[in-house]
Amino acid sequence: MYNDKVMDHFFNPRNVGEMENPDGVGQVGNPVCGDVMRVQIRVKDNRIEDVKFKTFGCGAAIATSSMVTEMVKGLTLDEAMEVSNKAVAEALGGLPPQKMHCSNLAADAIHEAIKDYRSKTAVSH
Amino acid sequence: MTSDYNHPARRVYLDNSSTTPVRAEVLSVMLPFFAQAFGNASSIHRWGKEARVGVETAREKVAYLLGAEPSEIVFTSGGTEADNLALRSTARLLKSKGNHIITTAVEHHAVLHTCQSLEKEGFEVTYLPVDEYGMVGVESVAGAIRPGTILISVIHGQNEVGTIQPIEEIGRLAKEKGILLHTDAVQSAGKVPLKVRDLNVDLLSISSHKLYGPKGIGALYVRKSVKIAPQITGGAHERGRRAGTENVAGIVGFGEACYLAERELPEESLRLTSLRDRLIKGILDKIPDTVLNGHPSRRLPHNVNVSIKYVEGESILLNLDLMGIGASSGSACTSGSLEPSHVLLAMGLPHEVAHGSLRMTLGRMNTAEDIDYVLEVLPPIVSRLREMSAFSSLRDSRACEEGHGNVQ
Repeated sequence: MYNDKVMDHFFNPRNVGEMENPDGVGQVGNPVCGDVMRVQIRVKDNRIEDVKFKTFGCGAAIATSSMVTEMVKGLTLDEAMEVSNKAVAEALGGLPPQKMHCSNLAADAIHEAIKDYRSKTAVSH
Repeated sequence: MTSDYNHPARRVYLDNSSTTPVRAEVLSVMLPFFAQAFGNASSIHRWGKEARVGVETAREKVAYLLGAEPSEIVFTSGGTEADNLALRSTARLLKSKGNHIITTAVEHHAVLHTCQSLEKEGFEVTYLPVDEYGMVGVESVAGAIRPGTILISVIHGQNEVGTIQPIEEIGRLAKEKGILLHTDAVQSAGKVPLKVRDLNVDLLSISSHKLYGPKGIGALYVRKSVKIAPQITGGAHERGRRAGTENVAGIVGFGEACYLAERELPEESLRLTSLRDRLIKGILDKIPDTVLNGHPSRRLPHNVNVSIKYVEGESILLNLDLMGIGASSGSACTSGSLEPSHVLLAMGLPHEVAHGSLRMTLGRMNTAEDIDYVLEVLPPIVSRLREMSAFSSLRDSRACEEGHGNVQ
C-alpha cells in the first residue's frame, strides 16, 4: 500500500530526535486519533538551520515527518511556511487516499514551530 | 537488526485468524472435483451423482465437527453469509412475534452491520456491553430480554481478542425463554470443542478458510426444529434454504478440513495454548508498558492480543513484516477508518492504547522457534519506535485536547 520512497523514509527516517534549546517547537495531532508529531527547529539568519522530529503514528505519519524535515532544512521561514501537507505527500510520490487526511500533518507541525519561534522572538524584541 | 524484505531471517505467519493455508490433505481431496467429478450435484446422471456423493460426504464431516445431524448443515459462501442468513432469516420469519434482537458490542462486522441494517428495516437491536475482558454477562443478556425478543446473537470466540463467551449458559437461558440463539463460531471451530447440543444453540456459523480449508465456503448449522427463509433465492438447493449450484470442490475441501480439525483438536488445542502462553508471557516480560487484551484464560488457544503503549499498531506491523512476521492490529490505520477497533473500545481501552494493539494468531505451522524469533525481533522494534515517538511527552499527553482529522 505504501510506495518504496514512503517505506524508505519510514524505515530510515531523517532527522529523528530532539535538540537542546530549540528556537521553535510545533506539535500537532492527538494520541486519541493515533498520530502525534512534534517538530523542533533551530533558526539562524531567518533560515531553518536544523530540524528534528519525533512522531507517534503510522507509517505515513512517520514518513511525512521525515520528508518534511528534509524539505524545509535550509529554507527561509517564509519559504517553509509555504510548504504544504500536499507538497509533502507529493514529494513522497503519493500516499494512499485514506492517509491523506489522518496522517499527513507534518507540514502543519513545521508551521506551528515557526509560529512558536516568531511569537517568542516577537516578545523578546 | 536489519533485514532485506525479500530475504527475512525467518518467515512466521501469525495471522491465522485472518485466514489459513489450505492443508495438503484437503487440497488433494478437492482436486478431482474440478475437472473429473465436475458434475452439477443436482443432475441425475453419473456426473451429477459423483458430485452429490462429494457434497453429502462433506456434509457428514461438517456435522461431525459440530455434533450435529447432516441435515442440519446448510452450506453458504462463508461465515459472513452464514451470519447474514441466520439473522435476516429469523428476522423475516419471526417478525409477527416481535421485532427485538439482542447482540453484543463485540460482534464481528458480519453480525454488527447486519443488525444495523435490520434496524433500518424497523427492528430494535440491543447491543450488550462487555467487561474489561470483552466478556458479556449472562445476567446482562437476561436483563435485555423482553416480550418481543426474537433472537439472541452472541459471538462464540471473539475474533480480535479471543475471549470465549458463556454460550452454554446463554443457551440455557434462551431455551428457557423460548428465544432463538445464534452464535458466530467462525474463530472457535477446530480450536475448541464446539458441540451444538452442549452449546444449546439453534444457529451457528462457521467458515472453511479459518480451519485450513478453501476460501469461499462456510456453513450455517440450523437446528432441525428451526425454519430458515432463504436469503438467496433460485433453485431448491440445500433443501430450499440456500439457492445456487453447490461449490462442490469447496464443500469437499471444507468437509475434509472439518474432519481433520475435529480429529486433531484435543492435541492441537493444547499445543497452541502452550505456544500462546509462551508468547504472551514473553511479550509482557520483555516489553514494558504492555497489556494483554482479552480474557487471560477463557481464551481461544491461538489468540494473542496485546496493546503496546506509546506506539501505533501499523508501524509495528510494517516493521514485523520487514522481519518476515505477519500479524494484524486493531489500530485505526489498519481498519480503513479513523476509529480503532470497536471491540477494544467496547472493552474500555482508551483510544491511544487501542491504536497500539497487536494481534498474533497462531496456527498449525507455528513452532516454539517461531515464538522465540518473535520475542527476539519485537522488543527492539518497539524500543526503536518508542524512541522515535515523543515517548516521554506522550506519557502525560492525556491532557492534549487538540483533535484533528474527521473522527466520526
